[in-house]
Amino acid sequence: MSASEAIATDTPRAGSSGTGPVADRTARSGPSARNGTGGKPAKRKLTGREKRNLRVGLLFISPWIIGVAVFVIYPLIYSFVISLTQYSGMQSPTFIGFKNYIAAFADPMVHTSVGNTVYYMLLAVPIGLIIALLLALAMNRNVREVAIYRTLLYLPSLIPMFAMSFIFIVFVNPQFGIVNQFLGLFGMPDTNLLGEPRYAKIVMIVMAQLGAGNAALIYLAGLRNIPETLYEAARIDGASRMRQFFSITVPLLTPTILFNLITGVSGAMMVFTEAFIMTNGGPDNSTLFYMLYLYRNAFSYGQLGFASALAVLLFLFGMLLAGLIYWLSRRFVNYDVSAG
Amino acid sequence: MAINTLETGTQNLGQSPTTIKSRSNYGRNPDGSRQGPVGKWVSRLVMLVVLILFSLPLYWMLISALKSPEELAQFPPTLFPNELRWQNFVDAVTVMPFWTFFRNTAIITISVVVFSVVSNFIVAFGFACIEWPGRNKVFFVVLATLFLPFPVTLIPMFDMWAGLGFVNTWVPLIAPALFAGGFFTFLLRQFMLQTPKDMMDAARVDGASEWAIAWRIVFPTARPAVTVIAIFAAVGTWNDFMGPLIYLQDESKQTLSIGMQVFRSVNSQDIQFNLLMAASFLVLLPLVILFFMFQRYFISGITLGGFK
Repeated sequence: MSASEAIATDTPRAGSSGTGPVADRTARSGPSARNGTGGKPAKRKLTGREKRNLRVGLLFISPWIIGVAVFVIYPLIYSFVISLTQYSGMQSPTFIGFKNYIAAFADPMVHTSVGNTVYYMLLAVPIGLIIALLLALAMNRNVREVAIYRTLLYLPSLIPMFAMSFIFIVFVNPQFGIVNQFLGLFGMPDTNLLGEPRYAKIVMIVMAQLGAGNAALIYLAGLRNIPETLYEAARIDGASRMRQFFSITVPLLTPTILFNLITGVSGAMMVFTEAFIMTNGGPDNSTLFYMLYLYRNAFSYGQLGFASALAVLLFLFGMLLAGLIYWLSRRFVNYDVSAG
Repeated sequence: MAINTLETGTQNLGQSPTTIKSRSNYGRNPDGSRQGPVGKWVSRLVMLVVLILFSLPLYWMLISALKSPEELAQFPPTLFPNELRWQNFVDAVTVMPFWTFFRNTAIITISVVVFSVVSNFIVAFGFACIEWPGRNKVFFVVLATLFLPFPVTLIPMFDMWAGLGFVNTWVPLIAPALFAGGFFTFLLRQFMLQTPKDMMDAARVDGASEWAIAWRIVFPTARPAVTVIAIFAAVGTWNDFMGPLIYLQDESKQTLSIGMQVFRSVNSQDIQFNLLMAASFLVLLPLVILFFMFQRYFISGITLGGFK
């Protein structure tokens, strides 16, 4: 009965927002019906329908609320708290202030792992952005076989990193692989690439490029959003294809480039699986990436406090980088024209 | 701002990239210029080289998987096996408990897919189809969580599951899927915002509960987006390495991603590379099948993420 009352009182107001009155089980009980008959909203108070919608809405998103509390907010706080302690996971943590952070800054292995990760990031991300863009241009060609291009260029992106790592172990192996044969053509002596500190990271950077298909598809969507009329106008003005590419395609693709940059950087920050499987950080710690060192501290050395400090530092570095990229994007990213 | 601009992207959902017809004619480049017959064949040649480079690792996996141990030991390696040894696939699944790993991975993957679809759909409905005060502000928190790097939650989560006694079970891998969030909720919400309001309002006038509206009216229309998140959840779980690595210790509970790691360390002296490659092929076969079955959803889902 109270439900029909709610409908009667709510109907006049329903038109404004477009949502009709609801008569579900939750609306039938509780204060909403009472407030629904209460008439005008006083000051900034919610109307009855808004209150009921709020309650139903919150009920629907309650799994997410629980999830965000348990899997995001709690871990964030816990990470920070535990990073201020000495904690092995076995005994209860003892508070040691910022000693873990001081130790992290002094630890030569942290320096090595940061250096390796930054090296990886500075090479893999820009190369990846360019290769993905080239793939996207190939995927966007007007030739009959373009479907084959798209499928074959995307397919390697589908392979999980752990399987790709196994494949590359064989692929670059001097005995069973073909990469050495190929490099031999250019006069490079037979080397176990994964056993050489100079080359192990390079192998991983090259391997990462096989996954460029994902970013390429995102570029492809961006390319298709560029209005054709711009190219037509440029052609009439006699602009060369190079000129069109750098004056139209690249500037209008900057939002997409930004997106791929962010995903690329965050992926590079957390590079782990390939180093874990292919080299386990070796040779000579040349593939000891930050995440691998964090993982070892947490799960091999039982240094959960120290590992948490590393995690918090990674988090802060990520935020800093996000801020920097955002600042750069305001200067260089062009949101003006889109085909809508 | 980011929320609204994304809506333009969702309209293409389910459209195949191979069926997206270009606005210009064949024989023209995307920028509209024409290319002579010579240039066309030169660029085809370049493409061929690129395609070979991108397919070579996969090809190498496949032929290595089919080589006999003797042929694998040959130097220089043969570019095509002299004899195709299909027996390698049989050996690969017997030398390690492949089917146990496979079954475990499948159970975890299917559970995560089902839970993700249900929980994310319910939450996305709350964000897209019920107008409650403050929902857009709360939605920004959803967006913010997208930028949280997972390592910062790794140790607390492990500690929590260890405290609850769930380490070495599948619970830490499956349970988070019950609580929607992040990219999937975001993607579904964007799609569901386009559901016509009239139908929902009509149902509300008729006294249908929001729960019934969600499942009977909105869910059927949101199927393309639901398919996308189901595929993403499936691929993500199938490929997950870190989760099983941290949480699963008993071989009987492990997944393919770490099971194969065990296979490698057991035979660390003489890794049977042909069997390793055969097993790798079997691991990605389901992914490849899934890809060809749902190609258009894959691509629309990925491109959707790229809208600013």
